[in-house]
Amino acid sequence: MLDYTKKEQYGRSALRINPAKTCQPVGAMYAALGVHECMPHSHGSQGCCAFHRMFLTRHFKDPAMASSSSFTEGASVFGGGSNLKTAAKNIFDIYKPKIIAVHTTCLSETIGDDLNALIQGIDIPEGRYMVHTNTPSYKGSHITGFSNMVASFINYLSVSSGKKNGKLVLLPGFVNPGDMREMKRIAKAMGVSYTMLPDTSGVMDGPMTGKYEMYPKGGTTVEEIIGLGDSRLTLAIGKFASEAGAEALKKKCGVSCKTLTMPIGIGNTDKYVMALQSFTKKDVPYGIEEERGQLVDILIDIHPYTYNKKAAVFGDPDTVLGIAEFVLEMGMIPKYLVTGTPGDAFEAAAESLFTRFGMEGCRAKASGDLYELHQWIKEEGVDLLVGGTHGKHIARAEDIPFVRAGFPVIDRYIHSYMPLVGYKGGMRLAELITNAIMDRQDRDSSEEDFEMVM
Amino acid sequence: MENASVLDERKEFILYKQDGCSGNEMKCDANSVSGAVSQRACVYCGARVVLNPITDAFHIVHGPIGCASYTWDIRGSLSSGDDLYRNSFSTDLREPDIIFGGEKRLTAAIEEIAEKYQPKLIFVYATCIVGVIGDDVNAVCKAMSEKYNMRVIPVKSPGFSGNKSVGYKMACNAIMELISKHEPAKRKGVNILGDFNLAGEMWIIKDYLNKTGIPVVSTFTGDSCHDSLIKSSGAELNIVQCAGSSAYLADRMEEEMGIPYIKVSFFGIEDTASSLIRIAEALKDEEAKQKAIEFTSAETGKLQQFLAKYRKNLQGKKAAIYVGGGFKAISLIRQFHSMGMETVVVGTQTGKKDDYEIIESLVNKDTVILDDANPAELEKFMKEKGADILVGGVKERPLAYKLGIAFCDHNHERKHPLCGFDGVVNFTEEINRSVNNPVWRYINAEL
Repeated sequence: MLDYTKKEQYGRSALRINPAKTCQPVGAMYAALGVHECMPHSHGSQGCCAFHRMFLTRHFKDPAMASSSSFTEGASVFGGGSNLKTAAKNIFDIYKPKIIAVHTTCLSETIGDDLNALIQGIDIPEGRYMVHTNTPSYKGSHITGFSNMVASFINYLSVSSGKKNGKLVLLPGFVNPGDMREMKRIAKAMGVSYTMLPDTSGVMDGPMTGKYEMYPKGGTTVEEIIGLGDSRLTLAIGKFASEAGAEALKKKCGVSCKTLTMPIGIGNTDKYVMALQSFTKKDVPYGIEEERGQLVDILIDIHPYTYNKKAAVFGDPDTVLGIAEFVLEMGMIPKYLVTGTPGDAFEAAAESLFTRFGMEGCRAKASGDLYELHQWIKEEGVDLLVGGTHGKHIARAEDIPFVRAGFPVIDRYIHSYMPLVGYKGGMRLAELITNAIMDRQDRDSSEEDFEMVM
Repeated sequence: MENASVLDERKEFILYKQDGCSGNEMKCDANSVSGAVSQRACVYCGARVVLNPITDAFHIVHGPIGCASYTWDIRGSLSSGDDLYRNSFSTDLREPDIIFGGEKRLTAAIEEIAEKYQPKLIFVYATCIVGVIGDDVNAVCKAMSEKYNMRVIPVKSPGFSGNKSVGYKMACNAIMELISKHEPAKRKGVNILGDFNLAGEMWIIKDYLNKTGIPVVSTFTGDSCHDSLIKSSGAELNIVQCAGSSAYLADRMEEEMGIPYIKVSFFGIEDTASSLIRIAEALKDEEAKQKAIEFTSAETGKLQQFLAKYRKNLQGKKAAIYVGGGFKAISLIRQFHSMGMETVVVGTQTGKKDDYEIIESLVNKDTVILDDANPAELEKFMKEKGADILVGGVKERPLAYKLGIAFCDHNHERKHPLCGFDGVVNFTEEINRSVNNPVWRYINAEL
């Protein structure tokens, strides 16, 4: 039995069991893959880079290119400066990226490599770029790393030319390419001229062409990042993954910004659409209104099956908060919300959501782990578990229907192509959740209750 | 990557097989070049994959969260007993620990486990920064072992201290530390080293040995546990499959415990049959040898019919191999040969000079042999040689698919046992399923 979780809760101050997060660098690597012709570069031991590429490949089922400084004993004593220098030369020579995006690791941070100084000492070919971000693995989580990388692209590259270009900056947060496509589709339908950073659509969900492209068609171009400084407004989607980037652009180039909850479900997508509407001042096109109406229609159809069902949701903070609100809109109870990413803002946002919907007895925790979530579930069970693949042990041990959503999903396919955001994403998530609940009802019902029409 | 070529520094690591023997001047077993998109992992990864299959051990990763999360239940090593090893335990070091040291947190973590679970065995993996911040992991482990009367064994595995092979060695040292404290009575039988029970492969090997009347004393480390491991030093002979990971352990057991070893491989018909017979010979057990000959020739006969059925589908197809260790590459070349396929590209992450010499002797002229390849090289050579299928691990799968090349996972993500006679069936079916899948027809459709 894959169940080592003890029901009895006890104080755990030092041991992390079954984490709901991973380390910063993988987030930075994912963000850098959303920049066109960018080589993400891991400044540390080669294992970090190999692990991160493997982790991303397992989720996206697509190649994740990245290089490593390949630290040795020497580098860990004398610093990784010469490794970075050699690496930059080799990368520009052989892989010919437009830009190298370096992120640090726990090792290079601890030995104190000063990346600003190191990069200044590197001979970067004309028309090419090299940027870096600090991603100490012992702070924050992969979401922090993602956020830091986005902010660093802006800090290094974006400039204000003094002439506004009237564009909107969309910082989509740590989401799948399918979500990025959906956010862009809505923005386009609303007639918004935008730049998205990063944009992994067309990179991590690339089509089969029979040819392997080290730098696929997708990704934000360096020119677009430079041009962000002339934009009119930034929409930061998700406080945890995107706010730092928006703040950076505001500070550096004076672009004002607005933070939104991840547009999952009706209310949050409404806010996204309204934010776009107030940017363009154009009417919301019928097509978008129609989708909203369809989603509401769907929720009416399914409400007898979802009402008062208890759900546990875990994963990345912005995603969990978005899903939690949608779960509430479906009449369900978000009994437990857990993220491994540290930050009181998560618990505060969850509490205010509980209050807004009049929920009592729900629990939310940042810096949590799946062992603790499992203990909570053993104490008082739920009807549904929503999160990444690592929840499957809990789902099996407790025999709970399980909907895979978020990051990472390493035991199923196609998820990265499909959105959770927008009204369309809401329809998909509603379908996943309802099917899981109804399949369970079918499985558990006695023969006389086994219904043809549901 | 049309224009991609090969880094000058990498040229010494690549060889085109010539007529006769080149004397093998190829470089291998060295560190990766800075800036290369290496497919290679680190010391910690090497140590972890060897020890992780020990089912009832607490594997505590001492470091920031990443190293623990990336290795959480990723290896399809099956267990017939405990499932403890499929959980992720770590100290999840935070910034204050980096400043003030992580020993306190490690001690507290071990105490939490000791008090709640009364474990027999704990491994503590020291990752990259542990040495840098000055933690004395050995001292903590020793103190905890004494305090709770359990085995707490440090695994020295900072990622930068070499490549994956060094990690294998560190894992072997940790195993030695565990087993050398015990002196069980000598008994008839063998230890199986270097098999990790992926998809249940250890059970197949045990079954074959059982059929030839050879008892298995202990296994390293597939489907093993504290109590099975500590019996190992009573065995007569060690049989070593994945030599890359376990030859060092075999060497130490020979030197310190007087247990001789032979290298074996249970991949493919030829290697499986010859390994079983050689084991009986090494034990000087005539009866077992006769049984092995009978068993393997019966199985081989059955498989010839099976392979004949598939031959028309596979004859003349070209294979590329990129795997971890040399022994597996060698077996795979032979296996493809028996399927009527030719190996046109072959590489390993951690192959040694001896491995490459054997590889060179097995392949046809112009086959590309490469050590620690990067994706650009794999792409270049697979295209140049017109490979129909790549056999590799998780990072190679999407690369192959993007090139429209079929793929078979011969690593942690294998879905069926690929070893022994059973494995020949699975492997052949899997290769056929991918190479001859209709999906490849749709790639270049004209719209």
